[in-house]
Amino acid sequence: MNAIASPGVAGSTALAAEGLVKHFNGITATDNVSLTLPRGARHALIGPNGAGKTTLINLLTGVLKPSAGRILLAGEDVTTASAQQRVQRGLARTFQINQLYAELTPLETLVMAIMQRRGNLMRWWQPVTRQREACDEAVALLERLGLGSVMAERTSTLAYGKRRLLEVALALACQPQVLLLDEPAAGVPHGERDEILETISELPRDVTLVLIEHDMEMVFRFAERISVLVSGALAMEGTPEEVAASPLVREVYLGGAHATATAAHARKGA
Amino acid sequence: MSAVSETGLASRAAAHASLVAARRLRPAEIAFWLMPIAGYFLFPDRLALLSEIAILGLFALSLDILLGFAGIVSLGHAAFFGLGAYTAGILGKYGWTEPLSGLAIAALVAGAVGFITSFLVLRGNDLTRLMVTLGVSLMLAEAANRLGWLTGGADGLTGVMIGPVFGVFEFDIFGVTAYWYAVGVLFVLFCLARYLASSVFGLTLRGIKGNSLRMAAIGAPVNLNLVTAYTIGAAYAGVAGGLLAQTTQFASLDVLEFQRSAEVLLVLLIGGSGYLYGGLIGAVLFKLMHDLLSDLTPQYWQFWLGILLVVLVLSSREGVRGLYLRVAARFARSRHPGRKGGAA
Ligand SMILES: Nc1ncnc2c1ncn2[C@@H]1O[C@H](COP(=O)(O)OP(=O)(O)OP(=O)(O)O)[C@@H](O)[C@H]1O
Ligand SMILES: [Mg+2]
Repeated sequence: MNAIASPGVAGSTALAAEGLVKHFNGITATDNVSLTLPRGARHALIGPNGAGKTTLINLLTGVLKPSAGRILLAGEDVTTASAQQRVQRGLARTFQINQLYAELTPLETLVMAIMQRRGNLMRWWQPVTRQREACDEAVALLERLGLGSVMAERTSTLAYGKRRLLEVALALACQPQVLLLDEPAAGVPHGERDEILETISELPRDVTLVLIEHDMEMVFRFAERISVLVSGALAMEGTPEEVAASPLVREVYLGGAHATATAAHARKGA
Repeated sequence: MSAVSETGLASRAAAHASLVAARRLRPAEIAFWLMPIAGYFLFPDRLALLSEIAILGLFALSLDILLGFAGIVSLGHAAFFGLGAYTAGILGKYGWTEPLSGLAIAALVAGAVGFITSFLVLRGNDLTRLMVTLGVSLMLAEAANRLGWLTGGADGLTGVMIGPVFGVFEFDIFGVTAYWYAVGVLFVLFCLARYLASSVFGLTLRGIKGNSLRMAAIGAPVNLNLVTAYTIGAAYAGVAGGLLAQTTQFASLDVLEFQRSAEVLLVLLIGGSGYLYGGLIGAVLFKLMHDLLSDLTPQYWQFWLGILLVVLVLSSREGVRGLYLRVAARFARSRHPGRKGGAA
């Protein structure tokens, strides 16, 4: 017990990537990325469109196979493990584009996910209606995310914001130790974005969180550390203050403030 | 404090009630199962046709388990139907005449081959699945053709003897026993399929069909579930084939033909897949259309059948069920013009 609790040992690293590379016929979408996430981290991953953020998540979760590099989950090499095995070892994610079950209700969706997590073969052949514990757990989760009022409606009929919340609820139903959130609030109206961020912030402190997000205000409210990806490679990593102050980041990413970029350019030229 | 937990309890109960309501036995289902009884009394001289409908319905149900629930497309489902038919027929020919155990063995053989071939089928995408299922069924058809000493080859398997059902009910020349035997087996297997559809396994299959990428991302053993569904579907098809061989006391190469795989797919598309009754309704409509049209125009019935099918598929992608749902929705709108769809 004490050995596990003591800080500084390898066991305290929740997720690590070593030299990850991914080529898509010609493009290098992930370019030698190394990342170490200590247990309980609140980490943000930022970068311009097409920087390779989603690709990195796909590599970490096993949707894609890396061209090179290693992935360690709680110290164990999972580079060749299937997506399913990684989930069972505590790694879950949400998708940038909703990946839900149009024909099922939110309640059925979560009961299904909870039953996968429990993996009880005896219960596999029992009616869904007999899974009272899973049903109660699903209801609690749905209410936590403000989905209580629509839990018995078909997912395809839900408003976009509700579906986005269900996307998060579905990942939480896996009770992950490490949760990767790929723009969970994308396309959600401002009022409801806070709801999502709050839910994420309320997760237990030992759950490791990685958030991809374009909204800088949200990133700075959430993150304790930030990694910046540019053209597949890690451009810098640091505290929010360091990242905000970095001229490099201003130029390539926050460059949306066009004036800053041109000002920097002008200074260089002068 | 207690108020909070009371609302919590209420929503838990409401949630559970919604799960129960979605899986409740509907009056229309009971009415549906009264049809075979009515058919027996209304058309006592057409029992052979009615038995064929029951067997085709079971075969289409077996495809529905693959296609409608697991989302696995197949162009070679006759492979398992044929395996079942030859297994039950050969057993009957060589002295194993007890029908129910014969059917069980037919299911085992077809299920075993389904289990083995599932690993080939599940590797690819939809297109490769079509090819692999077709390939397996063509190989089996050719094997049955070559093994003439066992299957009777092109002449068919003759001399099949089947004992009385439960040791009591002899198969008679009017087809009464055959009819109730086929309907009884269909009913029992339908109830089992309905039970499976409402189980955690059934829900998982719907999830895999709905979104297999996400299914893997929530840690579901996707392939294990698909292999299981494919095996069960194959075993069901084996029973349907076994029923045909036992009730006609004959099996010929056409039980394995591509035509039969295509026909059962058609039947399922007519009835609509994914709600269990589609295969049965499709079988009734297909056989009745066949019967009516071939009476009217013996030469061109397939032409008219083709036209009807094209019209049906163009007007509704979900078969007659989709058509019914659309008409019902329009009817409901015109009766309650002020009400919105989701009010109920
Ligand atoms: N399956 C794929 N096949 C080929 N190229 C791909 C594939 N997936 C991503 N790419 C390419 O890899 C690069 C990185 O894409 P990725 O989706 O990871 O970026 P991102 O940082 O998530 O962008 P965004 O902010 O728009 O979501 C892009 O150039 C993209 O076109
Ligand atoms: Mg992305």
